Amino acid sequence: MRPALTRLLAAVLLAAASSASASEAGLRLEPALVNRLDVESLQRGARNFVNYCLGCHGAQYMRYNRLTDLGLTDSQIKDNLMFATDKIGSTMTAPISRGDGTAWFGAPPPDLSVESRIRGADWLFSYLLAFYRDDQSTTGWNNLVFPRVAMPHVLWNLSGTQKLVETEYDDQEKAEAAAIAVKGLALVEPAKGGKWVVKMVAPGTPGTLSAVEYKTFVADLVNYLDYMAEPVRNERINIGIVVLIYLGVLFAFAYALKRNYWKDVH
Amino acid sequence: MEKFLTWIDDRFPLTALWKSQVSEYYAPKNFNFWYYFGSLALLVLVMQIVTGIFLTMSYKADATKAFESIEYIMRDIAGGWFIRYAHSTGASAFFIVVYLHMFRALLYGSYRRPRELLWIVGCFIYLMLMAEAFFGYLLPWGQMSYWGAQVIVNLFSTVPIIGDDLGTWIRGDYTISDVTLNRFFAFHVAAVPLVLLILVVVHLMALHEVGSNNPDGVEIKDRKDPKTGHPIDGIPFHPYYTVKDIVGVVFFLIVFSIVVFFWPDVGGYFIESNNFIPANPLQTPEHIAPVWYFTPYYAMLRAVPSFLNSQFWGVLVMVAAVLILFFLPWLDRSKVKSIRYRGGLYKGWLAAFVVSFLILGYLGVVPVTVWGQFRDTVPLLGGADKATVLARVLTVVYLLFFILMPWYTARDKTKPVPEQVT
Repeated sequence: MRPALTRLLAAVLLAAASSASASEAGLRLEPALVNRLDVESLQRGARNFVNYCLGCHGAQYMRYNRLTDLGLTDSQIKDNLMFATDKIGSTMTAPISRGDGTAWFGAPPPDLSVESRIRGADWLFSYLLAFYRDDQSTTGWNNLVFPRVAMPHVLWNLSGTQKLVETEYDDQEKAEAAAIAVKGLALVEPAKGGKWVVKMVAPGTPGTLSAVEYKTFVADLVNYLDYMAEPVRNERINIGIVVLIYLGVLFAFAYALKRNYWKDVH
Repeated sequence: MEKFLTWIDDRFPLTALWKSQVSEYYAPKNFNFWYYFGSLALLVLVMQIVTGIFLTMSYKADATKAFESIEYIMRDIAGGWFIRYAHSTGASAFFIVVYLHMFRALLYGSYRRPRELLWIVGCFIYLMLMAEAFFGYLLPWGQMSYWGAQVIVNLFSTVPIIGDDLGTWIRGDYTISDVTLNRFFAFHVAAVPLVLLILVVVHLMALHEVGSNNPDGVEIKDRKDPKTGHPIDGIPFHPYYTVKDIVGVVFFLIVFSIVVFFWPDVGGYFIESNNFIPANPLQTPEHIAPVWYFTPYYAMLRAVPSFLNSQFWGVLVMVAAVLILFFLPWLDRSKVKSIRYRGGLYKGWLAAFVVSFLILGYLGVVPVTVWGQFRDTVPLLGGADKATVLARVLTVVYLLFFILMPWYTARDKTKPVPEQVT
């Protein structure tokens, strides 16, 4: 009975794990090219964040001097990354009020301190690659990952424009096979008349960065956002390794002690 | 030292207590894997109290500050992240070890005479644990905290006639608010832990009065060494089980540390990603799911159809599913205690029960539409959510395990029980 139960438990857990990750049905995200140990990428990401995001979004739980985690000195942070405050211990508060945000965009730009823990790095990465031109929307932009998003494509100078490409398929199976074949961002949706459509974005006019450069730009930014959501992560993992080694040794001793005491129990 | 101890013993039964509860408490020598979880539950309780005390030092029970105080603990308090993750992982770990501890009782009939009271006290501990987890889950004041509490308080509002007033009484307000947060904080850090501790002491006293059961379900007290008066199959808890439990504790801490240091949110099961969004009373999340340890009951709640315009029936089924545990000692009519000597009937029902519980737990996490609907051409079930239909079947299996127990345990073919433990 026991192996059967174990197998069942494993199956249930697996099913639960896969369903928790596939939050939005039909949407295939592009895996984020992030590396928590790449300090240079994190530094570039911090620069990108301060230059392009911090104009509207805040990160009210993130202190500027925490950026010393990324190998920066206080004066480097002050000279290159702090524009809204002089105090190195202040947090990255949003420069625009919630009221202004609502008036200008229809919704206040969310605080990004823990955004990566809400959405996940893959989502953020895909989202920033998924803006396309849409004349129907108020901002002139739309997003494949977050349809009708209030945020305009602030990085369009760098990325250039993209357009939406829709391909129709006879049934869901063919559409999903096609979406998998893209090996990147794709959205599978039911269309009229029982057909299925695969939505993708394709390059339009070029920006100041090439497609590869823009992807790196976004990867750095997402890497930083992911770090900012839990600045202690690297330290946590390093301590964890030491803790496990310690507990492993302790286990050996505890087991030897138990064996010794139990010698005379039959 | 000797003198000091005598001085104490003249005034407090320290040595006598140590002997009766630990060094001369005779436990069966054949405990197996399943017998680690009692001491582990005690360990987790202590860990939760200690980490909880440290969290309380920096947490602010205030609707405008609660969320940011958690981020403050995570970022600015030295070691705060460890305390917080240990506490959040501890909550799930508590349920894991308690579920396994309870399953052990089902395997070896540990709830049977003379251990009925021991079992009932344990059931109260489980109820208090659920209350503790529920109150604590509101404190981070994220979206899941808020809406989870909303859903559970609304269960009380389904009670006929007094329901609405009952809900208001629990919340102290017409919605979940700062008032609710403060009273839940009071219950979480003072009232419930106090009751929990008292119940655990009573649980241990009852255990040491009747003695531990064992995987054979043999009463070791029935065969004593005439010279020493100690059970032949018993060994002193200390040092034998203290050194053995230390092995269990270290192994547990290894698994626990893997979660705390490498995977603290466990893919959204121990810490839900939506809980990183501050509570917003004006925005209902698309999919509200309780934390995993409540999901079997949540799946039952959703599975029961509304009747006479009321969801109360689902609440009744859910409550019954928990309270029926209390009656277990009198539902089991088998001649033997341990699964080792029971027949296929009990084994089959127990397996069905475990499978139901696990799958209900899974179904409680996902939306009811997860597997789609039956085709319209299917008789009776046409158009119904497949997941709901399965949840209904499994809810019935869960309840039948208990309701039919007097019948199938009496009829079951049992094997002869040995006189001594094997």
